[in-house]
Amino acid sequence: MEYRISVPASEEELKKLRAGDSVLLSGTVYTARDAAHKRICECFDNGEPAPFELKGSAIYYVGPTPEHDGCCIGSAGPTTSGRMDAYAPRLLDAGLKIMIGKGNRSDEVVNSMIKNGAVYLAAIGGAGALMAASIEQAELVCWEDLGCEAVRRLTVKDMPLTVAIDSQGNDLYKLGREQYLKEVEK
Amino acid sequence: MKNIDSKVIEDTVARLCIEANLRLPPDVINAIESAEKAEPWDGAKRILSLLGDNVRIASEKTLPVCQDTGMACVFVELGQDVHIDGDFEEAVNNGVRRGYGEGYLRKSVVCDPLRRVNTGDNTPALLTVKLTRGDKMRITVMPKGFGSENMSALKMLKPADGFEGVKNFVLETVEKAGANPCPPIIVGVGIGGSFDKAAYLAKHALLRPVDEPNPDEYYAALESELMDKINALGIGPQGFGGKTTALAVLIEAMPTHVAGLPVAVNISCHATRRASASL
Ligand code: SF4
Repeated sequence: MEYRISVPASEEELKKLRAGDSVLLSGTVYTARDAAHKRICECFDNGEPAPFELKGSAIYYVGPTPEHDGCCIGSAGPTTSGRMDAYAPRLLDAGLKIMIGKGNRSDEVVNSMIKNGAVYLAAIGGAGALMAASIEQAELVCWEDLGCEAVRRLTVKDMPLTVAIDSQGNDLYKLGREQYLKEVEK
Repeated sequence: MKNIDSKVIEDTVARLCIEANLRLPPDVINAIESAEKAEPWDGAKRILSLLGDNVRIASEKTLPVCQDTGMACVFVELGQDVHIDGDFEEAVNNGVRRGYGEGYLRKSVVCDPLRRVNTGDNTPALLTVKLTRGDKMRITVMPKGFGSENMSALKMLKPADGFEGVKNFVLETVEKAGANPCPPIIVGVGIGGSFDKAAYLAKHALLRPVDEPNPDEYYAALESELMDKINALGIGPQGFGGKTTALAVLIEAMPTHVAGLPVAVNISCHATRRASASL
């Protein structure tokens, strides 16, 4: 199935997504990688809120190349999500609903996704130019000192994504391969 | 004897860093297109076609093909009759600094592996120099991303492990890598030499165009056998399932010790980038 989803998405919309579905995502998406995740968790530790509203939010694990004059962003493909696994459950508990990245997630993250009704969408790894073409605006939110890892607020239009792990914990990285082997390679 | 000014080397390296990152080599583009045609699994076909779009958008918008513009691996074949005016290594690093700055490429190098402060200009380059006959210099820049580099592996096999041992180790490494190196991948394999030479051979193999089999028929057959076996694993583009897990297997071999069989597997991704120039 192919779905058009806008952020913030309703719980029902997210619940019907199944691993393997295609999604065209529009709306506000924040960027954060390891260093930013670490700082968000430090905010929690100090009893402070995250620097942007996490409730219902979407986070894209990306460290783009620098932008040319007149462009809002450079090449912007996903980074490996596993590096965020240590932090992700705390963000999910705080309301994060959509994670965008590439590669497998830990059992802890998947369990927390099921508990919180969140989804994990995969962007195409290495397709930095393609992903950039769906980003219409980018503005700095905080932690400029992190360079390409600073937190930015993106406005995206029809970002081409695939449901990698749905809110029931179905995992395309396992199921996709199994189905292919069953039906084609036999 | 020919003089080459270090400034010319710097300019060339800067240009090649930019060129390499904004497009894919024609052989890699062709391999992605043929894989799309041959792919029996719909989801996988869609990903491969989006990878084709990615390359087109990159060239239209002058954007890097991938945001991980890598560490700059610089291979220099240096004619022994060349004299370089100025500091060679400094020229290469200045070239990388300028290329990554002027080309709006991402700076992904830290100055120390444990203390991890970004050098801010993507230097130093990973420089390899090979002396050749004559008075020419050939420079190749291969920006190497670390999503795939991190999935590479080396093993000191026993001679008795032989052909089968090598095959199993390559398959095991690709299997473990799974979705992480952005499949479809290109697999560089180095066999023989010593611990360090095997790794070098595996990386050097990635310089060979993917449509050129190993000139030695024995290794060409091994390449094609491994390619079939890898593409029967079912990992598929992005790890979502499908036939196209690898676009090519490239093997380089060299003499080794009677007691050893070193094997290195250097994984590269669909964004296998390289650009060369001769001076
Ligand atoms: S593994 Fe390759 S394609 Fe994937 S992000 Fe790294 S450099 Fe880009």
